[in-house]
Amino acid sequence: MKEKDTIALTLKVWRQNGPSDKGKFETYTLNQVPVNASFLEMMDLLNEQLVGQGKSPVAFDHDCREGICGSCSMYINGRAHGTQSGTTTCQLHMRHFHDGETITIEPWRAAPFPVIRDLVVDRSAFDTIMQAGGYVSVNTGNAPDGNAVPIAKTHADEAFNAAACIGCGACVAACKNASAMLFVSAKVSQYALLPQGQPERRERVLKMVSTMDDLGFGACTNTGACEAECPKGIGVTNIARLNREYFGALLGPGD
Amino acid sequence: MLRSSLGRKLMMSLTGLFLILFLVVHLVGNLQLLAGDGGMSFNRYSHFMSNSLLIQTVSKLNFTFILLHVLYSIWLTRTNAAARPVGYAGKAAQAQSAWNSRNMGILGTLVLVFLIVHLKGFWYQLKFESPAYTTLPLPGGGSEVVVNAYEVVRVAYSEAWYVGVYLLGLLAVSIHLHHGFRSAFQTLGLGYSSYSQTIRSVGVAFAWIVPALFALIPVMMYFGLSF
Repeated sequence: MKEKDTIALTLKVWRQNGPSDKGKFETYTLNQVPVNASFLEMMDLLNEQLVGQGKSPVAFDHDCREGICGSCSMYINGRAHGTQSGTTTCQLHMRHFHDGETITIEPWRAAPFPVIRDLVVDRSAFDTIMQAGGYVSVNTGNAPDGNAVPIAKTHADEAFNAAACIGCGACVAACKNASAMLFVSAKVSQYALLPQGQPERRERVLKMVSTMDDLGFGACTNTGACEAECPKGIGVTNIARLNREYFGALLGPGD
Repeated sequence: MLRSSLGRKLMMSLTGLFLILFLVVHLVGNLQLLAGDGGMSFNRYSHFMSNSLLIQTVSKLNFTFILLHVLYSIWLTRTNAAARPVGYAGKAAQAQSAWNSRNMGILGTLVLVFLIVHLKGFWYQLKFESPAYTTLPLPGGGSEVVVNAYEVVRVAYSEAWYVGVYLLGLLAVSIHLHHGFRSAFQTLGLGYSSYSQTIRSVGVAFAWIVPALFALIPVMMYFGLSF
């Protein structure tokens, strides 16, 4: 039997007019959704339908639609970025849903990620954490020869894996404590493992952790939900490294 | 330092690891209840423990760590609850994490209730209520009068419902440790990919074996068995 080319869906979507609006779920029916459409294309179809009906379209974040920018969010059927692992919402396709399915779509839920409108949340808390220490200070001048800086292969690989973080916030969304420790640990790791990150290594981890705490993110309870939901497969071994870096920075010699 | 999220987690980890270590010592001592010598070796052990300055000091530390473990968990839980004021309608958490890792607070509360029952039944009774005495032969001849701790335990474990409470309490300890053991190491930063699987396996083995051996004591004493 030939698989259906299109499916019909019932969508339960969180609608919220602004940060101070209470918000509520609205239910929509969407027919003729191509199974090869991405989730965001399905949302585009929904918005076309809503605009045609004179209703306001659902606001949602998106940019590259290639799974690399970290803009798209959406908590789909109780999972960050939907039920497929290693996938952002834009790379989630409608063939993973069945005809007649009801899909619940919510924004990321965390106090430091306030809802701006509908499914769009303000993730600038991550930028604030990065500004606190997620950088390397480099003097101006000629670029040094990259090959002149020896880096162990294992360190380069680990740093690269950590640097794959796109800052989408799925870890915070999936964590029962809305903890940002997977994000912070990935950022701390990518610098701690490389020679360029050494000069600011100690103050970086202290500042990023204290900023993370001040912004109101929760504390990790090692459930591993973040690792399971991370579209880039960033592991909780980074959180162990964050802990080592932090305690090492606290107990180690100061300036 | 101990106010930050990581610092508070460190407190949970260190106090938890101390309590894990305590469980081993407690188990080794209490398995003497099954020696089948009418409680002689257990009473001698119990007499030594309650008259040793070192043991009594460690015991006070132990109570302090239990209290700290509870207080820090409440503090962390409050912070974590505040981090998500609005919850999700869609829940599929079972796909992301283990049940016990998400419910350490509930398990911990069960363990605490069990601990209070346990302390009331044995520690409080031996310490603050008039206990029975028995005579122990001394190695060099003669004898000494000591508290008959064995008798208190034997009477308690002759009640089926009391044994049932212990089995349920120990089950909660087991499930709590299933997550707590490896979690403690992860928080200390000992979560390298090369050996985190080993820690996890040791933790699972510990979480089954230690509470199971503890459970052996009330069950065997109820049926009047010994080694």
